[in-house]
Amino acid sequence: MLRIDNLKVSYGGIEAVKGIDFVVPEGEIVTLIGANGAGKSTTLRAIAGLVKPAAGRIHLQAEDITGLTPDRIVSKGITLVPEGRRVFPDLTVLENLKIGAYLRTDNLEDDLKWVYDLFPRLKERSWQAAGTLSGGEQQMLAVGRALMSRPKLMMMDEPSLGLAPLVVRGIFDIIKEINRQGVTILLIEQNANMALHTANTAYVLETGRLTLSGTGDELLHNEAVKKAYLG
Amino acid sequence: MEYIISVLLSGVSVGGQYALIAIGYTMVYGILRLINFAHGDVFMVAGLMGIYLSASMPLYVALPLVIVLTAVLAFCIERVAYKPLRSAPRMSVMISAIGVSYLLQNTATYITGAQPMTYPTIPFLSDTVVIAGTPTKWAVLLTPVLVLALVIGLTQLINHTKVGMAMRAVSKDFETAQLMGIKINNTISATFVIGSLLAAVGSVLYFTNYTAVTPTIGALPGLKAFVAAVFGGIGSIPGAVIGAFIIGICETIIKGLPAAWDVSVFSDAFTFALLIIVLVFKPTGLFGEKATDKV
Repeated sequence: MLRIDNLKVSYGGIEAVKGIDFVVPEGEIVTLIGANGAGKSTTLRAIAGLVKPAAGRIHLQAEDITGLTPDRIVSKGITLVPEGRRVFPDLTVLENLKIGAYLRTDNLEDDLKWVYDLFPRLKERSWQAAGTLSGGEQQMLAVGRALMSRPKLMMMDEPSLGLAPLVVRGIFDIIKEINRQGVTILLIEQNANMALHTANTAYVLETGRLTLSGTGDELLHNEAVKKAYLG
Repeated sequence: MEYIISVLLSGVSVGGQYALIAIGYTMVYGILRLINFAHGDVFMVAGLMGIYLSASMPLYVALPLVIVLTAVLAFCIERVAYKPLRSAPRMSVMISAIGVSYLLQNTATYITGAQPMTYPTIPFLSDTVVIAGTPTKWAVLLTPVLVLALVIGLTQLINHTKVGMAMRAVSKDFETAQLMGIKINNTISATFVIGSLLAAVGSVLYFTNYTAVTPTIGALPGLKAFVAAVFGGIGSIPGAVIGAFIIGICETIIKGLPAAWDVSVFSDAFTFALLIIVLVFKPTGLFGEKATDKV
């Protein structure tokens, strides 16, 4: 579904991603794991159109989407749940969900119902300002907001960051459920254990280069991965 | 009694005019964290356009055209002078705004030959009406009503439309707004257009009272509207409106104090003293957000 060829991204002269290739097959959960600063977020930001790649191509299905603006990328069916959730704190829960569907002009009722079924807690709080939610609820809202664009591919940047282990488990259950309902997932995580247990395919990113790939299970049992990321 | 009514009426009216300018400052600040120093001069240009256009066409065509052209001007200023600096430090954008301010003043000087121009008399608005024994212009009476209507309309727009939701989102977080598919440049343009529309309406009301338009006439009302916006808590629209009314009323009261006290010349100084006092006790203004970072 998504194919990345020789992607290079630079920030102010420093090359953060140094030519990586990977694919995200339709219907799968794919994860990129790696340490802080390995270039994981940068890769997602390049796909989402927030930064322009220095080189390389990004294809969605057969279409070249390299260098499109973020709104075009969203309209193609790719969404990004940003690191740290970044809900709009002054907007209500419902407004946050509606703004996730900003580019759509059709009826939102079915999708609102879908999101509320996935996250009943959001329905209870729909009139509350998003800033008053707990961290876990904000993460649910960020995911729900992304789903409102009706994506084919949902990218998630560190969804477990700063959340209690129990909440993290809940979020990953939901990720699997969303995937079962037909949304392809590209997930980046420092919590490698959780990510590898969830993903069909996994890649290891080290200082801007992909060093390992395999199924989630393979990497879980890979000695190098165990040593570096699983402790 | 009549005297008090007359002072209050004119205070509310002056405040309303400041409010229409102040909204432009506060909205642009809210979204770009930029003090748009050119805003007062856009107001001045709207005044000049009113003079030139009304000379060659009937007022009912000229005045709407002034409002539209002012919005076009503000749109162009944003695209040419601010948009290229989107990722530049905030100070650079501010200097660009000061540059635009001078450009507008100098161009106005060039066109008018630095002669004060006389604003046309607008039928009805300039007509006199007697309220509780006090003769006053219709413009004075109409200003607060018009301001209130526009502010209510604006609040509805911001709270209940897609554009308004986009504005609120962009003002909080550029990047996440982009991830939602919002075109931030369009949203920012919309903010400038709205601010300048209101300033253009303000210019019609203002110059109906003070009929001489000079190239630097935008400076003082612009500055006071800016003070009103800071006073109310910059970024907050109700804050700017309330701040503007308070400043307008206080200023007129001081100007209206008995001549023997000889304080009326200090009315502008008072405006700024008031600002300083408020900011000492409430650094973010009356309705300001807690975490603002100022230039």
